[in-house]
Amino acid sequence: MTLTETILARAAGKARVQAGDNVWVQADILMTHDVCGPGTIGVFKREFGQTAKVWDPNKVVIIPDHYIFTADSKSNRNVDILRDFVREQGIGYFYDVIDDPSGHWVFDPSRGSLKRQHGAHYAGVCHTALTQKGHTRPGEVLFGTDSHTCMAGAFNEFATGIGNTDAGFVMGTGKLLLKVPETMHFRLEGKLQPGVMAKDIILHCIGEIGFDGATYRAMQFDGPGVANLSMDDRMTIANMAIEAGGKNGIFEFDAQTQAYVDYRCKLNGTKAAYEPVARDKDEKFVYELVVDLGKLEPTVACHPNPGQRKLAKELGSIKLDRAYVGSCTGGKTSDFLEFAAVLRGRRVVIDTFGVPATPEIVHDLQSARWGDKTVWQVLTEAGVQMTENAGCAACLGGPVDTFGRMNAPLKCISATNRNFPGRMGHKDSQVFLASPATVAASALTGKITDPREFLPKG
Amino acid sequence: MQSVFTGPVFVVRDNIDTDQIIPAQYLNLVPTIPDEYEKLGAYAFAGLPESANPERYVKEGQLDSEYPIVVAGRNFGCGSSREHAPIALGSAGCKVVLAESFARIFFRNSVATGELYPCESPDRLCDAFKTGDVVTVDLDAGTVTAKSTGKVYKFKPLGDVRPVVDAGGLFNYARNTGMIPK
Ligand code: SF4
Repeated sequence: MTLTETILARAAGKARVQAGDNVWVQADILMTHDVCGPGTIGVFKREFGQTAKVWDPNKVVIIPDHYIFTADSKSNRNVDILRDFVREQGIGYFYDVIDDPSGHWVFDPSRGSLKRQHGAHYAGVCHTALTQKGHTRPGEVLFGTDSHTCMAGAFNEFATGIGNTDAGFVMGTGKLLLKVPETMHFRLEGKLQPGVMAKDIILHCIGEIGFDGATYRAMQFDGPGVANLSMDDRMTIANMAIEAGGKNGIFEFDAQTQAYVDYRCKLNGTKAAYEPVARDKDEKFVYELVVDLGKLEPTVACHPNPGQRKLAKELGSIKLDRAYVGSCTGGKTSDFLEFAAVLRGRRVVIDTFGVPATPEIVHDLQSARWGDKTVWQVLTEAGVQMTENAGCAACLGGPVDTFGRMNAPLKCISATNRNFPGRMGHKDSQVFLASPATVAASALTGKITDPREFLPKG
Repeated sequence: MQSVFTGPVFVVRDNIDTDQIIPAQYLNLVPTIPDEYEKLGAYAFAGLPESANPERYVKEGQLDSEYPIVVAGRNFGCGSSREHAPIALGSAGCKVVLAESFARIFFRNSVATGELYPCESPDRLCDAFKTGDVVTVDLDAGTVTAKSTGKVYKFKPLGDVRPVVDAGGLFNYARNTGMIPK
């Protein structure tokens, strides 16, 4: 069986499953956020009754992150709906925006977008928060009401996005009927060259199979090249399985996975036991691709979908209005370090926004020092508008007052994961997806630029 | 259970993602709150760029659409997992989406909510029809018939998922079949 089949067989209590089987799968974690949580709770109550209890309050993780730093009153209300539900149900893990468990969240626009407005429990973008707070474990099944839930596949688990109705069902029963997906095999070999990042790997793969090339399928990443990728890198890759239509993306387990997961579970006091899955000899794949990491070059997905693959060096004629680094896929500490390494000592020539995925990442960047400056200072001195209000921000547009949102038909290069029309705001705006290094180089020139032009020579 | 639907079609092309079906700025609306459910319908397809789709799916100031059938190309409903997408269409009065292919989560959400029938057609119906053409969709026969020409197109039977939509979604279906207690 493939990694995905092995996990689903285990979660279904069966010795074997194969692609195409419909099986009832036991969930280990159900995650929801402020955009889909209120609707999921509504479905749960409508169907199981007003006094119903969730199947396991320690397996439901609630992470407000999408429409937080906005004056839109319905969005603020939605965070309050989550808080009320958490109190009523005794939910174990809720990363609230405010510290008062019976308070109300109201964003104060008069204090601006850049200065921190959240409390101590807030954890930022759900997928990144799940990993940092010790909720992603090898061998488990994670359902989330968000399509990029597949990011947790970096940790050798089955993780997939579901809708509110399915999530309401899981909330009440702990189970979901799933069709076992076929698996596509991506064997990674070698090592990335300087200036080339994990984002380039996944944009390359999506370009190879097309934006719907993995529909209803699992994308399995393994091979000797994986050892050269950090956990952050693997998250970037697994995150975008959905951009090829994939049901999930999944990596093999190794010592790096173990070190990350053990540390995080201990830090937040979450369940420490887990059982990874390994490859076996009779894996069946419906597709095979070998990727030589050493041959990849900085890659861009052009407007209007993630499959529009080009090389950065071919796109010098595309003039840009803005640049953006952030999101679950591109707003991690390692992403900002690459971004800052290109920008250091230089100045951006277009509006450039930086939104760390989580408060922990804000902290990392404000404490990491390069010489006499913090990385945060390096970025702000380069002209980047950095916000301390970690979250989804303009990655999905959001309410009109969202930080970094495109409210006009602009062209933006972005380290996020999705670029369908209107994704970052205005429906005639255009988004070009690229690595943080490519975003940095492009912010310096105002047109799409290969970051290797800015690497130190020799 | 209604299995034949007749009315004008609304035609869109490939790769219509959930942001075009229901733009992210309206996700502050909670589908299980009745008047917010209605409002979601008013914004169905509000994210389609006007350049490609000059006609609006729901007219300015209306809550419902005059098009009960949507015809699309490949990969309809790709992108986010937001259930607001099939709900917005269903709330606006869409009964059937006929596409060359669907993205996985949209397909699943259409079925789980029971909002609409997602039918896959091997023919490229988005080239065969234009917005406003009147057709009859027969779910039992698996056919779409164009009113003006009488031409008949076949689509794939819905199979396992048909009774789930017929029942009005996952929960009703699960109760009817004893998967969860009544
Ligand atoms: S950062 Fe973007 S892609 Fe990630 S969860 Fe938020 S909106 Fe979705």
